[in-house]
Amino acid sequence: MREHAVRAHHRIQKDLSPLIFAYLALAGALASGVVSLGADRYPHLLRYGSSLFLGACGLLAIVAGGWAMIDETPATDVLALGLPWLKWHLRFDPLSGFFFSIVGLLVFVISLFAPGYLREFTHPGNKQALSALGLFSGLFVLGMLLVLLADDAFVFMIAWELMSVSSYFLVAYQHQHAANRRAAFLYLLMAHVGGLAILLGFGVLAGFGGGFTFEAMRATDLSVTWASIAFALAFFGFGMKAGMVPLHAWLQEAHPVAPSHISALMSGVMIKVAIYGLIRFTYDLVGDIQWQWGVVLLIIGSASMLLGVLYALIQNNLKRLLAYSSIENVGIILSGLGLSMIFIGTGHTVLGVLGLLAALYHILSHALFKGLLFLGAGAIAHSCHEYDLNNMGGLIRRMPQTAVFFLIGCLAISGLPPLNGFVSEWLTFQAALQAPALESGVLRSLIPIAAAVLALSAVLAATCFVKVYGVAFLGQARSRRVGHAHEAAIGMRLGMGLLAVLCVLFGIFPSAVIGVIDAIPNQLLGQGPPSAAAHGWMWLTPISPRVASYSAPLVLVGILLFALIAYAWLRVRAVNIRRGDPWDCGFGSLNSRMQYTGTAFSMPIQRIFAPVWDLKVDVEETRNPAQPLRTDGIRHQLQVHDKSWSRLYEPIGHLVLAAARRIGLIQTGSIHTYLAYSFFTLILLLWVVT
Amino acid sequence: MIDWLMALAQTLLFVAMAPLLGGWIKRVKCHMQNRAAPSLWQPYRDLAKLFRKHTVLAANASWIFRATPYIVFGATVLAAAVVPLVAVNLPTAAIADVIVLVGFFALARFFTALAGMDIGTAFGGMGSSREMMIGALAEPVMLMAVFTLAMSASTTNLSEAVTYTLNSGLVLRPSFIFAALGLMMVAVAESGRIPVDNPATHLELTMVHEAMILEYSGRHLALIEWAGQLKLMIYLVLVANVFFPWGITTEMSLDNLATGLVAIAGKLALLGVLLVTWETVMAKMRLFRVPQFLGFAFLLSLLGMLTRVVLESGL
Repeated sequence: MREHAVRAHHRIQKDLSPLIFAYLALAGALASGVVSLGADRYPHLLRYGSSLFLGACGLLAIVAGGWAMIDETPATDVLALGLPWLKWHLRFDPLSGFFFSIVGLLVFVISLFAPGYLREFTHPGNKQALSALGLFSGLFVLGMLLVLLADDAFVFMIAWELMSVSSYFLVAYQHQHAANRRAAFLYLLMAHVGGLAILLGFGVLAGFGGGFTFEAMRATDLSVTWASIAFALAFFGFGMKAGMVPLHAWLQEAHPVAPSHISALMSGVMIKVAIYGLIRFTYDLVGDIQWQWGVVLLIIGSASMLLGVLYALIQNNLKRLLAYSSIENVGIILSGLGLSMIFIGTGHTVLGVLGLLAALYHILSHALFKGLLFLGAGAIAHSCHEYDLNNMGGLIRRMPQTAVFFLIGCLAISGLPPLNGFVSEWLTFQAALQAPALESGVLRSLIPIAAAVLALSAVLAATCFVKVYGVAFLGQARSRRVGHAHEAAIGMRLGMGLLAVLCVLFGIFPSAVIGVIDAIPNQLLGQGPPSAAAHGWMWLTPISPRVASYSAPLVLVGILLFALIAYAWLRVRAVNIRRGDPWDCGFGSLNSRMQYTGTAFSMPIQRIFAPVWDLKVDVEETRNPAQPLRTDGIRHQLQVHDKSWSRLYEPIGHLVLAAARRIGLIQTGSIHTYLAYSFFTLILLLWVVT
Repeated sequence: MIDWLMALAQTLLFVAMAPLLGGWIKRVKCHMQNRAAPSLWQPYRDLAKLFRKHTVLAANASWIFRATPYIVFGATVLAAAVVPLVAVNLPTAAIADVIVLVGFFALARFFTALAGMDIGTAFGGMGSSREMMIGALAEPVMLMAVFTLAMSASTTNLSEAVTYTLNSGLVLRPSFIFAALGLMMVAVAESGRIPVDNPATHLELTMVHEAMILEYSGRHLALIEWAGQLKLMIYLVLVANVFFPWGITTEMSLDNLATGLVAIAGKLALLGVLLVTWETVMAKMRLFRVPQFLGFAFLLSLLGMLTRVVLESGL
């Protein structure tokens, strides 16, 4: 597979066209940042100018990415930027192209959404620096796109840091709240711990390859030990950024506190850029994949999806819930990759392709529906300044169109047919079911258990989003503000609507999509899927029609057909529908406080899986002293703490502090001591040199 | 073309027979409990009555509440279309494999749960929350059981899997026994039967499925009831045809179809009696005992899977 990549590399350099579009997209991102520098004086520059450039950037990125995927021969370029002896190497191949178009798509949608959403930010009463929001949004997009183009470790790290640091400023944007400042600091810290690991991983490859270019890294053959060390470092670094368990504790703090359209970018695509890094590093640069790595990915992926969804299920803050759900989806992606690596490492490359395709499809799906859901949360927040599910309710009547889009997002993320989330989960199941092809009995029994975990997570995700939709959109409003919510602005609805339509389309025509992303396994493994799309656009047959087939268009048509037959048949002989009061057990009218809340809804799950969380339940009863048997009021408070915080982050934090105190002992504060230190160090070094 | 017509006919048969199976189960149950039994055709009469009656909607019901019965019915009928009832090798089986089948049920459950929360009564939310909890624990068991089968037959296509069991003859496979037991327990939980849920009760504290659909009336209720009967029949047919497929036709001749029809009717009648016996000797469980019940089912399926991997890898 490496020869293939190298050969392909030599054929290029004649055609730069997809790269030109990519450069224009980068320029668009930069321009959108620069133009909003004047936003403090002219707020319209942020709402319209910056969004216009971002929209152009998004469209160009979609075109460039699509072209790079169809073109298949990678385009490369060397830019005379950076250090004199370290030129910037850029490369645009199908893998980059795939991620490029996903980023472009979300950026385009954001550009539709932002003008309406940012209206309240540009309100004269708002004291926030608008220029900072626009500038760092532009730089953030620029950083993400540049990471995807990088063809040497130097550019990669610069772009990676640009992405991390600019998103830090976005997380810290609403810095009046101490919690946001804390989240932003944690984010910055974790981004750099991860960045350091990635740097060391590249260091291993560069040390053996003798250069920072990815071409040199591809060409080296590492021993299994060194390859595994490099993989471990990269997995730690990229996994941290992607939010895998148990390193995820920063994610649910940082992603929700950014403005919603930025949250959509962070959860929808920045996580994917980290996954891109992992795929690029393992499949492309290291190349020689060991099945043990796959086992690690599969186990961590399974843990991430189960814990992610369980934590999501119990949250009542909508954006925090969505952030936890991203951890679950990263788990699904990692499991797909893990299956792929296990199969590749044991010599079943064809099945490895299937696992890789499942992961890639889920990357695409998750970008779409998580973007949609975060934008929906943004629309709700914009309309009634509310994030707490337990204060919402009845929004389907106040925001009818947003409700439809949000419902599609919920169906898709719950992995229900015939939407896009189901396709990727189905592919992952199909990959897992090929486990009998493996020789090792341990692997053969491990993989089905991972599949059962996936099944459990998928249903828990459905439970979670029934809760979200049922509590937020259905029933009656639980607070006055939500009762007076208004429908989102037209641009915001357009953005959400576009994503909703894509969720449906990518769910119904999976074969067409797989026909295009075939280019990636072709490029990385020198092999496409055996027959995923071989039977036309209507059928998805990943291995062969005998083994498994799924026809999403026919499923949609079938459900609609049978539903319509029932409807038409009943309509002909319809008797009028009468409206009446709901059943109230004869106790008098129902009010909004009698509905099930989010906490009540997740209570059975909370009770069954109790050891998973650090829970603190406070129940306060106020009693009337005159009538001690009568309760006047009950106050129930539930606090959920992440176990990874108390079990992993805090001990390490304490360790670092303790070490710092020990080291601090040598710092006396007196200049004489420091001079003595310098002197003895000098003596020591001279002694070492001589 | 004739194949598609056959598939359509089989689906119609499926949909038409589901209330009859419900009637049969009710009748046997009454006999077993020394009660006077209603006629076999009572479920049809009930449905007809509901279809004729006025529909009363809660004042604040949204479109989700009105669309749910149709979506649930559509998804369940489509699920019935992909399950081999009388004949295998019908073209509809290729539309969706067994994982998609589970997906159809999940879709139906998702919308029913949303409809339960739509009105904003405490009952609806309670039912939805409990139903989703039971579903969450049952679905992995079901997938685990079908994976055991899928690994043996190396296919998730139901028609192919049935053909595989049919062709491999009467081999005693421990893994299949475990998987079949697991699947039966899931069938009981998923179709809301005793000991997990009681379809006959409207006692506030114990109902699960009934609490969700408490606000439905008239034709909406009829569709949901019918879909419920259909779902029970799908589960029983799955157990009957996947694990004991003998009698099902592989060729389209009149004789074979008649044999297939008689065979499946016999198997379903037998399974119905089994279900009734089980429901008569068991008591309804407390809600928080259900996880243990389903945990046991999961253990059985897992054992089936491990047996398949460890003992039967050569088969």
